[in-house]
Amino acid sequence: MRKEVYITDYNCVTPLGFDVSSNWNALLQGESGVVKHKVIENQEPFYASLIDSEKLENEFQKHFENKDFTRLEKMFLLSLKPLVERYNLTKETAFILSTTKGNISLLKNQTTLPEGVFLSNLAQKLADFFGFKTKPIVVSNACISGVMAIAVAKNMIQAGKYKDAFVVAGDEITEFVISGFNSFQAIGTEPCKPYDKNRNGINIGEATAAVYITSELTQNEKFSFKILGDSAINDANHISGPSRTGDGLFASIRNAMTEAKVSAEKIDFISAHGTATIYNDEMEAVAFNRMELQQVPLNSMKGFYGHCLGASGLLESIISMESASHGTLISSKNFEEMGISQPLNIIKENQLAEIKYILKTASGFGGCNAAIVLEKC
Amino acid sequence: MKKTDICTIEHSKIIVNNEVIFENQTETFSEFAKEAYKNLALNYPKFHKMDNLSKLAFLASEVILKDEDHSRTALVFANKSSSLDTDFKYQESINSQENYFPSPAVFVYTLPNICVGEISIKHQMQTENAFFILDEFDEKFLNDYSEQILQSGKADKVLCGWVELYQESYKAFVYLLTL
Repeated sequence: MRKEVYITDYNCVTPLGFDVSSNWNALLQGESGVVKHKVIENQEPFYASLIDSEKLENEFQKHFENKDFTRLEKMFLLSLKPLVERYNLTKETAFILSTTKGNISLLKNQTTLPEGVFLSNLAQKLADFFGFKTKPIVVSNACISGVMAIAVAKNMIQAGKYKDAFVVAGDEITEFVISGFNSFQAIGTEPCKPYDKNRNGINIGEATAAVYITSELTQNEKFSFKILGDSAINDANHISGPSRTGDGLFASIRNAMTEAKVSAEKIDFISAHGTATIYNDEMEAVAFNRMELQQVPLNSMKGFYGHCLGASGLLESIISMESASHGTLISSKNFEEMGISQPLNIIKENQLAEIKYILKTASGFGGCNAAIVLEKC
Repeated sequence: MKKTDICTIEHSKIIVNNEVIFENQTETFSEFAKEAYKNLALNYPKFHKMDNLSKLAFLASEVILKDEDHSRTALVFANKSSSLDTDFKYQESINSQENYFPSPAVFVYTLPNICVGEISIKHQMQTENAFFILDEFDEKFLNDYSEQILQSGKADKVLCGWVELYQESYKAFVYLLTL
C-alpha cells in the first residue's frame, strides 16, 4: 500500500494580492491582474499581469529586514514565509523549487555568469534563509514546472525519501521572456481570451506560489487535498508547437486518472492550461475530448493572471483547491464565443458546485505536458 | 535496479561501456559534436539546428537508445547550468537597443528540458519526462526518482543522466535503468 500524500496548506503572491484570501476575493469579483504596462524601455506598452514593485517592496519591508534579495527572491520569500512558520523543518522535509527562468534578469549586459542566475544557487539561498535541512531540488520543465513539482513531492514522499515537502514555484516578467515570446509573435495585443473565437495570443504574468505537502495529517488542518495521481508525458512531436493530436496531454491525463483510480465521469472540475494561442487551446480540446472530459466544467486562469510560466501550474492548482473549498467554480475570464473545433464545458459565470475531484493540467515548450488529480478530503 | 549501457562524453571523447567509441582533437564542442555526428553516421539533419546542450544530450542518448523500441522508456535528466549557455547567447541578442535581434530559433532553446524533447522526438518516446537542476551530479537522487517511476509502472526503463554544458566546458553521463 502506497503512502497517501496531501496538500494541507498554501499561499501565493500575485498582482491580485499577497495572500490566498485576497486573491480569492479578487477572483470572485472578476478582477484581473492583466493591465496595459510599459515594461521595457523603448518598446510599446503591452498587456501583462505585473506585480506593482512598490507594493511588493512595502510588503517585503513589513516582513523582512532589508537584505540583499532580487525582486523575484522577494516574491519567493513572501509566499513561503507564512507556510514555513507553521511547520517544523526536519531532515525529512524536502524543499522543491520550480521555475522556468529564475533570476534570468541578472544576465543583462554581463560578460560572465552571475552566481544568482544558477537555479541551484537561487534555491540554496532561499533554503538557507529558512533553514531547510535537506538539499533543494529544482524542477525546470518549462511551463509545466509548477504542476510537476507537486508530482515530484508526492512521488518522493511515496518512495519514502521524505515525510513532507515545501513546494514553491515562481517566475517574473523580464525583458528576456517578453522579447522571446514576442519573437514567436505569440503575445496578444489585448487581454488574452482563452478558448475564445476572437483570441489573439497570450499575456505574460508573474507570481510565486507555495504549497505544503505531507504524508502525516495532524487533524489540525483547515483543509486537505489528497494527490491521487500524476503523469508528465512528452508529445514527441515538436519542440515549440503543441501536438495536433494532443497525444502527450491525453496520455498524461490518462495515466494520472488511472493511478488515481478516478474515471472521467467522476472529475468535477478541470483547471486547464488555456494560454489563448490557437494551437494550445485546440490541442487541449482534442486531448480532453479523447478522454471524454468535454462535459466537465473547465476554466483557464490566464485571463486573470496571464501566463506565469513555471509558476502558473502551482498557482492555478491553489486556486482550484480554493474553488473546491468554497464550492464555487470561477468563470474562465474573457471567454465569450467558442473558438475551438471540439466541445468543452467552459465556465462562463461563477457558480456554486460541489467539487471533490480536480484535474489540473499544463503543457509547455519541449512538447512537455503534465496532469495531476486531486481529491478534496 | 540494474544499470545497463553507460555513456560518458567529455574531453572530446565518447565512451560507451568503458570503450572509447569516438574521439578527436577539435578545439570546440561544436566541432567535436559535428565530427561525432558524422562518425556515428547518425543521419538526422535536425541535429544541426539544435543548441549545444541538446547536441550533447542527443549524442549520449543516441549511442544508448540505438534503434530499439523505447515506447516505454522514461527520460530523467539533470544538470547544473540549465540552459544558460543558450540563455547567454540569447541575452546578447537583446542587450542593446541598436542591436536588438531576438530570434525564436534561439529562444526556444532557452529551456533545459528542450533536449529531452529532442530525444523524445527522435525515438518517438511519448513517455514520462523530467528535468532537474542540481548544484552537482547526484546519482542517488536521479536513481531514486527513476526507481519510483519504474515501480509505479509508468515506464519499463529510464534513460537517466547528467548533461552539463556551458560554453566549452561539458560533461554527459547517461545510462539506462531497469528494475
